[in-house]
Amino acid sequence: MDIEQADSFLITDCGSTTTKAILILKKEGSYRLIGRGEAPTTVEAPFDDVTVGVITSVTELQELTGRKLLDGNTIICPKRGQDEGVDLFLSTSSAGGGLQMCVAGVIKAMTAESAERAALGAGAIVIDVLAVDDGRKEHERIERIRHLRPDMFLMAGGTDGGTRTHLAELAGTLLAADTKPRFGAGFKLPVIYAGNVDARAAVRDIIGKKMAVKDMPNIRPRLEAENLAPAREAIHELFLEHVMQQAPGYNRLMSWTSGDIMPTPMAVGRAVQTFAEEEGANALAVDIGGATTDIFSVFGEIFNRTVSANYGMSYSICNVLKEAGIANVSQWVPFDLDEPKLRNMLRNKMIRPTTIPQSLPDLLIEQAIAREALRLSLEHHKLLAVGLKGIQRRRTLSDAFSQTEAAETLVDMMALDWVIGSGGVLSHAPSRTQAAWMMLDGFQPQGVTTLAVDSIFMMPQIGILSEQHPAAAGEVFRRDCLIVLGSAVTAVGHGKRDGEAALKLDLATSDGRSIKETVRYGEMRLIPLELGQTAEGTITPTKRFDVGAGRGRPVEAQLKGGSVGLIVDGRGIPRRLPDDDATRRAKLNEWAEALGLERVE
Amino acid sequence: MGTAYTPGLTVTPNTIVRKTRKLPIKGTVLVKKGVRVEPETIVARADLPGDLDQIKVANLLGVNPGEIPQKMLVKLDETVAEGQLIARTTFFFGLFKSEARVPAAGTIEYISDVSGNVGIRRPPKPVELTAYVRGTVVEVIPEEGVVIETPAALVQGIFGVGGEREGTITIMPEPDRTIEPRDITDALRGKIIIGRRLITGEALRHAARAGVVGVVTGGIVDKELIELLGYEIGVAITGDEAVGLTLVLTEGFGEIEMAQKTFDLLQSLEGQEGSINGATQIRAGVIRPEIIVPRRDGAAPGERAQGGGELKIGSRIRIIREPHFGRLGAVTELPPELVRIETGAMVRTLRAKLNDGKAVVVPRANVELV
Repeated sequence: MDIEQADSFLITDCGSTTTKAILILKKEGSYRLIGRGEAPTTVEAPFDDVTVGVITSVTELQELTGRKLLDGNTIICPKRGQDEGVDLFLSTSSAGGGLQMCVAGVIKAMTAESAERAALGAGAIVIDVLAVDDGRKEHERIERIRHLRPDMFLMAGGTDGGTRTHLAELAGTLLAADTKPRFGAGFKLPVIYAGNVDARAAVRDIIGKKMAVKDMPNIRPRLEAENLAPAREAIHELFLEHVMQQAPGYNRLMSWTSGDIMPTPMAVGRAVQTFAEEEGANALAVDIGGATTDIFSVFGEIFNRTVSANYGMSYSICNVLKEAGIANVSQWVPFDLDEPKLRNMLRNKMIRPTTIPQSLPDLLIEQAIAREALRLSLEHHKLLAVGLKGIQRRRTLSDAFSQTEAAETLVDMMALDWVIGSGGVLSHAPSRTQAAWMMLDGFQPQGVTTLAVDSIFMMPQIGILSEQHPAAAGEVFRRDCLIVLGSAVTAVGHGKRDGEAALKLDLATSDGRSIKETVRYGEMRLIPLELGQTAEGTITPTKRFDVGAGRGRPVEAQLKGGSVGLIVDGRGIPRRLPDDDATRRAKLNEWAEALGLERVE
Repeated sequence: MGTAYTPGLTVTPNTIVRKTRKLPIKGTVLVKKGVRVEPETIVARADLPGDLDQIKVANLLGVNPGEIPQKMLVKLDETVAEGQLIARTTFFFGLFKSEARVPAAGTIEYISDVSGNVGIRRPPKPVELTAYVRGTVVEVIPEEGVVIETPAALVQGIFGVGGEREGTITIMPEPDRTIEPRDITDALRGKIIIGRRLITGEALRHAARAGVVGVVTGGIVDKELIELLGYEIGVAITGDEAVGLTLVLTEGFGEIEMAQKTFDLLQSLEGQEGSINGATQIRAGVIRPEIIVPRRDGAAPGERAQGGGELKIGSRIRIIREPHFGRLGAVTELPPELVRIETGAMVRTLRAKLNDGKAVVVPRANVELV
């Protein structure tokens, strides 16, 4: 059939723990989410078959929506008549630990970093980055690869016509490790070679017998050029050919779907990219899960994704505490934290990840951890989302080994237009205002930024649908997936003392109101502005503050309303909380009240 | 909608335990289907590839990498002995020479005229897989391993550290007290010791030194675990810790007492040989630590036991989250509607009467069956 004419879509996302199925139908001329079903993922024993979870989730969806989607254990696709089955069945997957990759390059800050970006953009979890200058000894690298058992390897390094020696050495390291892929005993490890084209033969001579080598164009053909797309396509292809073929039940699932299965993070990336493109905006999306936090950013035309593998809200919650430190976590709660009790509490959350906070203090502790997980993950993202390094000066390759200067991050918080949050702690916060506040503290956006959350973590399904039917994906994303919380205006800088004016608003709302307010340093304010409403006008910071045009310079802005409203944040960036505990606690409660939240003593 | 299911850990005197034992790479299975095995029986063996020595021959000889093939005295795939000369060059009409020798015996795996390196693979290293539990081989997975089955008592813990070990189940003389260093005696060598409450980090270290193979307690205080390990566990994936013993917690972290049912079962197994494994992974394919004690009578149960189950009025539960963490009670009501809790979230709850008579409302996600 003509895909353009399709009006019914069933899309599943096979996650590590849960398989989620959604049904999208065209009703009265527009595409809408009709329902969602879920079931435990069944990649592991005793089922060892991903399709069991898929069928169970679709069964629930069928029961909830009343539309017949299954004929026995078969998904009805293409549809029968108007009321049975769907035109397209698609699926994404991160089950069984997702796509786990090791990448390698010659120089850590150059080709290895490009390789990491290529793998992350293809939806992989990068479990290690090897480079000749990574500070490890040869045997340490070998031990590490052996221990990790990646699904595949991406090897880059050298510009075209550049070093061959280091690549042959890297191939030697890989051969020495002689690691086997995670799935499929007896299969050769897939290795994508995307380094100096002149070293292809040398690399193949060394590892060709033991590994399945696929040559791709160099991801860094010249120092000043990065060409990630071919390597990313090869990763996706090998993911389907090797990893998916070996994963339990995926052969069957692939025979059911109307298109290729896509790694979940790759699909989320597509959704974010499509959204940013359509809005003509810079966007940053976060998925804060139990084990990992993924960040996706689009600045201009540059897309970046990072996975902070050990920052999460259950499985990795203790790691957030370990990395952030108790002081950083406790600064966000307005009461005394007993450290031993907090540690035991977080350990218990780690081992019983499905529990939920019952008391308000318990919730605030979890949200404090989330702020720190967001902060740490964004720091990580900023490090990788950078311009190409090594192109400032002419230098030989050996000079470049000592190159340490950091390239400038592409993540410009002042230029950022949208922040989209997803993951249980944000999407299911008891109050949307809490979700907005967590993102403001964790990410510290600057100037004017619109905040939103993904209602039920539908971005993977929207992303894969956008490949097949962009119109349907776009409509459902805006109407049913994205919950706009509202714009935030954040003043960058610090006043001399609390209470001095930070900025003035002179706005006219779309429903005819006039907003003329002065927001003070150290203050947060929530101004009612409903979903669909806008407020246009001038924001004028005082001389110590900047909202986008420089200190003291006014900006013209159009602000969006949402389920929270318009938040004006005069607390100052970078964020500094009062050192004195009593003052800090009082301030936290003052801000909570200003945002319409409860005080906690 | 008055019913709900809740997770729980398996604690049963009689179930069929099946253990799949697989080699890390393909190898040889040494036992046949139907054979009885002991925990230490070697059921499969494989040869892990030996280490690869990479010799920088071009550097050693002081020649360009492209000249290496002409300087080599051995060929690809040739076997070499420790110290054997593999490449040589001479200078000044043979007055000076440079040589490359191998550090250990092996086979020439590659000679690179690009890097100038030569790779020599050492002989394979054998790896042996034990049965881990006493039982019967019910399935042979050709070249990979076996499935072993045994009727056994099974206790799943909530968290553990340390790998597979075997020992004798031994209840501490005063099980209701925290296990201290003074409680660890030489008589506990080879034992899996059981206490209902806590153990200190120092006592754990004493126990490892005294040859105790396993420790099972209700809980542990986080800092005591750090004291044992010497570091903080960031993510919940364990089993490889080199701490000299295996620790299994049945309930969690902090002051929390082992459930009566679990303690009663372990007490009934005193003196019997069992297997213990602390490996825990709380993610896809959850792995919980375990104590397996094969039944002496070999009697098989009617069906396989599973943790968790249906929450009903009267079900015995433990609350696993603040503000009533660790408290035990019984379900008195399962309201079908969503209830707004203190955080403001609308969730499914239950009413329970705690053992001290207090009535509480808790989210269903925050209880487990005991």
